[in-house]
Amino acid sequence: MRMHLLVASLVAATTPLAGAQNPDPNFARNIAAACANCHGTNGVSKGGIPSLAGQSKSELVRKMQDYKSGRTPATIMPQLAKGYSDQEIDRMAGWFAAQKP
Amino acid sequence: MSRHLSSRRDFLKVVGAAGLATGPLAGCAVSPSRSGPKVVIVGGGYGGATAAKYLDLWSGGTLDITLVEAQANFVSCPLSNLVLGGSKQIADLTVSYDGLRNRGIKILADTAQGVDPVRQTVRISNQVDLPYDRLILSPGVDILSDEVPGLGTAQAQSRILHAWKAGPQTVALRRQLEAMPDGGVYAITIPRAPYRCPPGPYERACQVAWYFKRSKPRSKVLILDANEDVTSKKGLFMKAWNEDYKGIVEYRPNHQLTAVDAATLTAKFEFSPDVKADVLNVIPPQRAGAIAAQAGVITANNRWCEVDFRSFESLKVPKVHVLGDSILLAPLMPKSGHMANQHGKVAAAAILNALAGQTPNPTPIINNTCYSYITDKDVVHVCSVHRYDADKKTFLTVQGSGGVSMAASALEGEYAFAWARNIWADALT
Repeated sequence: MRMHLLVASLVAATTPLAGAQNPDPNFARNIAAACANCHGTNGVSKGGIPSLAGQSKSELVRKMQDYKSGRTPATIMPQLAKGYSDQEIDRMAGWFAAQKP
Repeated sequence: MSRHLSSRRDFLKVVGAAGLATGPLAGCAVSPSRSGPKVVIVGGGYGGATAAKYLDLWSGGTLDITLVEAQANFVSCPLSNLVLGGSKQIADLTVSYDGLRNRGIKILADTAQGVDPVRQTVRISNQVDLPYDRLILSPGVDILSDEVPGLGTAQAQSRILHAWKAGPQTVALRRQLEAMPDGGVYAITIPRAPYRCPPGPYERACQVAWYFKRSKPRSKVLILDANEDVTSKKGLFMKAWNEDYKGIVEYRPNHQLTAVDAATLTAKFEFSPDVKADVLNVIPPQRAGAIAAQAGVITANNRWCEVDFRSFESLKVPKVHVLGDSILLAPLMPKSGHMANQHGKVAAAAILNALAGQTPNPTPIINNTCYSYITDKDVVHVCSVHRYDADKKTFLTVQGSGGVSMAASALEGEYAFAWARNIWADALT
């Protein structure tokens, strides 16, 4: 199992577009801004769609990964989650976790 | 005041002294309150309003931002088909610019007349020139009614409406539908793609049909599409027309409009018989808003503006950024309000990078989400994720991402309205 995880993280790390290699100092903020249309500026929703600000990072990562894998069925999020790399999900989750709810 | 001072300090930390040295000095600005670099934004729709908000938010309130918008309030095109169905009023889709004003963004109720890219000024009315360090053009589309023979006069345009910009035309089209006797025909013509909001005409057909089904059940909706097939959410719309609106909606592809007769409300086509309607709704071809032509940023087919997708800076005119429906989009990226909002954020980030002497994000990622109302409550979506490809110099849809609804649902209806409330707040407060 540990070996499997190690391999998975190596694969992610060699993805050319992985977030960690992006030189943009505001990378996490900028990709997270794409979520604000529905989830509100800085992840603070006006209602009807969940807020993301101030949630635990690990919980946000788990939710996104469950959408991405298809484990959690839903309308839009499984389709959008598949567009993001594991590292991007990690960076976005970290950014939203750090926002004031 | 202390907010400005402390946020200005923060901004200085980010941009460094060199970045500001080239900017205008305090005292020369139109407004004395902000001495940071000047950004002028033309057009307060989904793209321009979002860019204004995020430039302010991400600069810590230090930029001198002016938004030039002739309309007193923001009126959303998304959801405006519900006004035609009768389940919403224009007031429900209208948002004040006060949220942006309260941030310290100047809103000028004016129309940009021209751009001088050498002097870096935008001409507004009364011969006033607004200086800029960066200019954003987000003018939306101009509706080319003159390109449709028979639709060139004001009188013809008052009988045959497009209602492709939410506002007075939307209300006037609703009135035409209300005045139409039961048993009448509403016909809508769709231009060849690309046009603003690909699923919009099909959603409109659904909304008019929803109204007819309840109030004028013997009436018909005729969709006359210049394209060879439904351009968006095909299966979901066809299902609605064949089931919910069976006997009301008829879809006819390959109907390229060649002329109209406003006196008899007749539409003429290249290869098909004329259609006479009781309410004729023509969506003419479109191009980037007039200011884009005046600024010299229209580069594709004499219609659209090509931009560098990492910054949305024009490929033709430096320091001029173009957003939203005016641009030549990457494949599979629709002209939508949601996309324009995302353009605004990428441009805002890149402009702040440029002012600070930094390289912008080399691989921006944006997404699209678009809801269409089948009834007043049941909704379908299409969504996609787009990542900039450095080799191809364009956005590419991420393989395996995106898709459409399994079926129309009231749950997505709730999400659709929540989307609207959130995107309006995201762009305008």
